[in-house]
Amino acid sequence: MLSLASDRFDPRDGATHGFAMCGKDFVADTSGALFWPAESALLVADLHLEKGSAHAARGRMLPPYDTRATLMKLAEAIDRHQPKTVIALGDSLHDSRAADRIADDDVRILAMMQEGRRWIWVTGNHDPHIAPSLGGTVCDHLVLAGISLRHIPSDAHVSHEIAGHYHPAARVSLYGHTIRRPCFLGNGRRLVMPAFGAFTGGLNVLDSTFDPLFGRDGLNVIVLGQEGLYPIATRLLRPE
Amino acid sequence: MGRPPARRLTTVEDETSLSCGLRAPPLLRHHGLMAKPPMPPPTKPKSPKRRALTHAQPRLRDPVASVASPSAPDDEALLPPLFHAWFTQRGWQPRQHQLKLIAQSRKRRSTLLIAPTGAGKTLAGFLPSLVDLHAQKPRRVGEARPLHTLYISPLKALAADVGRNLMAPIGDMGLRIKTELRTGDTSAAVRQRQRLKPPDILLTTPEQLALMLSHADAAHLFSGLHTVILDELHALAASKRGDLLALGLARLSRLAPTHIRIGLSATVAQPSELRAYLQPQPASGDLTLLADHIEIAGGAAPEITILETDLPLPWAGHSARYAMPEVYQAIKRARLALVFVNTRSQAEAVFQALWHINEDGLPIALHHGSLDAAKRRKVEAAMVAGTLRAVVATSTLDLGIDWGDVDLVVNVGAPKGASRLIQRVGRANHRLDEPSRAVLVPANRFEVLECRAALDAAACGTQDAVQSRLGAIDVLAQHIWGMACAAPFAPDTMFDEVRSAAPYAMLSRPTFDRIVDFVSTGGYALRAYERFARLRPTDDGKLRLSHPRLAQLYRLNVGTIVEAPMIKVRLGGRARPGRSGQPRILSGGRVLGEMEEWFLEQLTPGDTFIFAGEICRFEGMRETEAYVTRSKSVDAKIPSYAGGRFPLSTHLASRVRSMLADHSAWSGLPLPVAEWLEMQALRSVIPDPGEVLIETFRRGHHHFLVAYPFEGRLAHQTLGMLLTRRLDRAGAAPLGFVASDYALAVWGLGDLNAMIRDGRLDLRRLFEEDMLGDDLDAWLAESAMMKRTFRMCAVIAGLIERRHPGKEKNGRQVTVSSDLIYNVLRQHEPGHILLEAAWVDASTGLLDIGRLGDFLRRIKGHIRHQPLAHVSPLAVPVLLDIGKEMVFGGSAREDLLRLAAEDLIREANEE
Repeated sequence: MLSLASDRFDPRDGATHGFAMCGKDFVADTSGALFWPAESALLVADLHLEKGSAHAARGRMLPPYDTRATLMKLAEAIDRHQPKTVIALGDSLHDSRAADRIADDDVRILAMMQEGRRWIWVTGNHDPHIAPSLGGTVCDHLVLAGISLRHIPSDAHVSHEIAGHYHPAARVSLYGHTIRRPCFLGNGRRLVMPAFGAFTGGLNVLDSTFDPLFGRDGLNVIVLGQEGLYPIATRLLRPE
Repeated sequence: MGRPPARRLTTVEDETSLSCGLRAPPLLRHHGLMAKPPMPPPTKPKSPKRRALTHAQPRLRDPVASVASPSAPDDEALLPPLFHAWFTQRGWQPRQHQLKLIAQSRKRRSTLLIAPTGAGKTLAGFLPSLVDLHAQKPRRVGEARPLHTLYISPLKALAADVGRNLMAPIGDMGLRIKTELRTGDTSAAVRQRQRLKPPDILLTTPEQLALMLSHADAAHLFSGLHTVILDELHALAASKRGDLLALGLARLSRLAPTHIRIGLSATVAQPSELRAYLQPQPASGDLTLLADHIEIAGGAAPEITILETDLPLPWAGHSARYAMPEVYQAIKRARLALVFVNTRSQAEAVFQALWHINEDGLPIALHHGSLDAAKRRKVEAAMVAGTLRAVVATSTLDLGIDWGDVDLVVNVGAPKGASRLIQRVGRANHRLDEPSRAVLVPANRFEVLECRAALDAAACGTQDAVQSRLGAIDVLAQHIWGMACAAPFAPDTMFDEVRSAAPYAMLSRPTFDRIVDFVSTGGYALRAYERFARLRPTDDGKLRLSHPRLAQLYRLNVGTIVEAPMIKVRLGGRARPGRSGQPRILSGGRVLGEMEEWFLEQLTPGDTFIFAGEICRFEGMRETEAYVTRSKSVDAKIPSYAGGRFPLSTHLASRVRSMLADHSAWSGLPLPVAEWLEMQALRSVIPDPGEVLIETFRRGHHHFLVAYPFEGRLAHQTLGMLLTRRLDRAGAAPLGFVASDYALAVWGLGDLNAMIRDGRLDLRRLFEEDMLGDDLDAWLAESAMMKRTFRMCAVIAGLIERRHPGKEKNGRQVTVSSDLIYNVLRQHEPGHILLEAAWVDASTGLLDIGRLGDFLRRIKGHIRHQPLAHVSPLAVPVLLDIGKEMVFGGSAREDLLRLAAEDLIREANEE
C-alpha cells in the first residue's frame, strides 16, 4: 500500500518522502524522480529532452535551455541517491529528431551521468527509437523485482506497475487559494510518475483519463513543492 | 512642405536618474530604452513627476507658435453651402474649432483637438474628411476608390456608435460616402472585401489596423489615405495599445506620406505628449516635433458634491451600502442617472442593494465588462431609448459613448484619479453650456478624504499627470513580426520608421537589433536556433519571413490585450448526484457572462456569489464553462472579485496627505471624519505632509507595524512583501500583511516596540532604498505578479501563444506554461530581452516599483515613528481589511502546500 508515514512526515526535513507500495519501500524525490533503495534504482519519467528546440523548429522560439535544466536536475537527484541503475520511463526525447538537435555538451553531460552505472531507456510514444549516440540500453518494457516498468500505464485495473506518460498534476485548494503542481499519483498498487522535464505541463489527476486506472476512490497524491513533497487529501483537490 | 521656423524650448535637466535608486537587475542597466529619456512636458516640468527611468530631456520644437488665438477662419470658404444648410436646418451653427480643423486639414497639418464632452468633438474630427470627399467626383457604381479616412477608436462599441452617428450628416446631406466598420466581429469575407474594395471611411480599432498592415496589399490599400482620426486619444496613447498604434501610424506615414492625423482627446495634463504622438518624429532624435493643437476651454463648471448623510460612516469596505437609500433618492429625483463604481464586484453589490430598496420599481440596469455582450447591448439600447432611470456601471462606460440623456452621475467609492472623475462627470449633460451634476459617495472614511481631494482638484482644474512612457519592447517585437508578414524589410529603413513613432523616438540601435534578433531566433545567447530562424536575409540585404505559416501564427496572436483567462458562466439546471456520487450538471441554459478563471477556481460547489445581478449558486465546471443555478438565498458570499481596480493616483495621494496635515481643513469634512482625525491627533499623531507615519503597537497576540505611505495598493503590496522579508531577517517573525490604497499593516510575533527601543530594529534601515536591490530580486524570482507580467510580455512578443477559447482541453499537458519559461530564463539567461521587458512593465504596473522607489527616496529622514500601547484610530480601517485581502508571494505558495499536507496528517491522526 502507498501509505502515508505521517509520524515521519516533515516537509522541512528535506527533499524526499518515503512510502511503501506492494510491500516495497520507495523514496519520492522532490525533483520528480523515484528512488528504489532495495534495487538501487532511480526512476524518472517524461524528460522530454529538446522540447524547446522542437517548438523552435515550428516557429515558436522557446528558450533552448530546457534540456540542460532537465539534465542538471537529474544529475542532482543522481548525486543525492547514488543509484546503480537509472531507468527513464519513456518520452525521454520530445520527438524522433531530438537526438539530431541536442547539443554536444548535453550529450557529454549524459555520458558522464551514465558512467559507472546501468542506464535503461524505456521507449515511449514520443521516442520509439533512441539514438545509440545517447548511450544506455533500450527496451520497451521492463520488470524489476516483480514490478512492471513501462511508459504508458496498462488500461486494466492492474497492480505492481510504475509508469509515466500522463504527467499527473494536482490542483490544491485551501483557504480560497489554488495552486497547481506536478505530483505522484498512486493507489498503493500502482503508480504514475510526474513528468520530469523542465518544459512539461500536467494533466489534472481528477481528469477522467485516470478513471480506468484507479477508479475515483483511494487516490494517493504526493505533490512536488519547491522545498519538499506534500501528501494531499483528495478532498482538497480541484478539477480544472 | 515648408515648416515654420523652429522655436526651441530650453533643455531641462531632470535630477532623478536610474542610478540613484531604481535599481534594475544588473543586466538591465545599459538597456538603451531605459537610459534614454522619454517625452517631457513642454514647459516648466517643476513637479517631480514620476520619471524614475529618465535622466535628461530632449529638446522640443513647437512648429506652430500658438493656435490659441488664430484669426477666425473664413466660414464661407471652409464649409460648402450644402454643409451650411445642414447646420442651419438642425438649428446649429458650426463651432469655431470645427471650422479650424477644416482649415488645418486644408493646410495638411496634423492637429490635436482637446475638448470636453459635448463640444461636438467627433463631428469636428470628421468634417474635414466629409468636406473633402464631397468635393471629389462621386464614385461610379462598382468603382473602387482608395481608402480616404481611417477612424481608430479604443472600443469597438465606440466605433460602432460613431458609425451610426455619422450616418446622420451623410444621410441628411445625401453625401455619396461609403462608411464601414471593421472590428474583431467583422466576418472574414467582409474583411477580405474591405481590403480589396475599401470604403471611403473605415472605422476600426488599433488591432485591426495592425492586421491590415500585416498583409502584402497594405501598400495598395492605404496609398491614397488622406486623414487618420484618432478618437479618445488620451485613453489610448499611454498604453501598450498606444504603442502598437503608434507603430502602425509610422508605417502609414511610409505608405501614405501626405496623410494627416487628427487626434481627439479629453482634457489632459500634458497635451504635448499627445501632440508628439500625432507627429512623425525626425530621425535625428534630439528634437521632438509636436502637432498643432486646438483646445476648447470647458463649458460651465461641473456641480460636484459629496453625498451628505447623517448615517455613521463605515471604517472600511468598498460597497457604500450605508448610503444606498440616499443614492436611491437621488436616482428618483433625476431623469437618468449613471452610477459609476470602480470594480465589478462593487457593481454587483450596489445593484443588489439598490434593487432591494427599489420600492417604486424604477427600471435600474447593470452594465460591466464581464456581462454577456448581448446583455450589455440590451442595456445600452434601453439607455438610448430612454426607458431606464439608472445604470450601475464600471469603467466600460467611461469612454465617450453617447448613451442618451444622462443628467446625474453618481460615483460610488473614491474616483482614484482626478482625470477619471472629470471624465465620468462629463457623462452627464452632453451640452457644453449646462453644468454637469455629480455626487460622490465615499464608501469609507479614507475615501471621504480622497473624494474631497478629487473635488478640490476638479475645482482647480488640475489633472493627473500621465506617466511618460517609452514604447514597450514586446509590442515592437510583435510589430516587427507583423511588418515581416507584409513584406521583406531592410533593418536600417525599419529602424528609422520605428523611431518616427514618438514612443520609440529614443530607441537605440542595439536595442532595436536585439528585438529583431528576438523575432528571428528568440534572441538567446546560446545561438541554438539559427537554423530555425523566422527571418532570413535576402540577396538585397533585407529580412524576409522564412515560412508563410508564420504569418498565420502572427495574425492569431496580434494585439496587446492579454486578458486573464475568462470562463463562461452558464445558468444550468440543478445538480443532482449521479451514479458515482459525482455531481451531475444539466447542460443548456443561457450564458450570463464571463468571469476570471482565478475567481471561479476558488469556489466549491454550493458557494453562492452575485453575478449579472443575480445570486448564483456555483455547481461546478464542465470543460471550459462554469455552471451555476439560481439561488434562493438572500445573502451571497460576495466575491472578493477585484477586476478593474485602479490604484490611487499620485496627484490625489499628495492632496490627501496635505489635507490630513492641514488641521484647518478638517472643519470642511463630515463630522464623523473630523472626529476621527481629532481622535488620531489625540491618541497618536498626525504626520506632516512630507513625513510618513509609522505606528507600532500590540494587539492580541500579535505585534503590528502600520505605515501610511498613501502610494496606492500596488506599491504597498510590493512594499509589504519586501518589509516582511526584512522583518523576518531581523528576527521579528512576521506572519502576514495587508495593503490598502492608503496604508500598510504588517503583523507578527516579535515585539516591535521593544525591538526598536533596544536598537535591534532600525526603522531607517528597514525603509532603506536598498530593499529594491537584492530583496526585490530574490522576491521577483517567485512573485506570482511578476510571472503574470512576464506572461503578458511573452504573449505580446509572440513567444507563447494566446489561449484561444475552446482549444484548450487537456492542452496543459502539451503547451509550455509561461511560468516554466520564466524559471528557465531567469536561471539560464537573466539578461534576456523579454525579462527586461517584464521588469520594465512590473516597475510601472502590477508591482509599481517606480512609485515605491520615489516613496522611499521621499521619506528618507522623514520617518515619524509613534510607538503606541494600542491600535490608533487611523489604523482601524486597514486592520479591518485583514482576512479580506490576502497577498500571495513566494514562499506563501509553499506554505499553502504545507498547510494542506498538515491537514491530511491531522485527518489521519484523528481516524
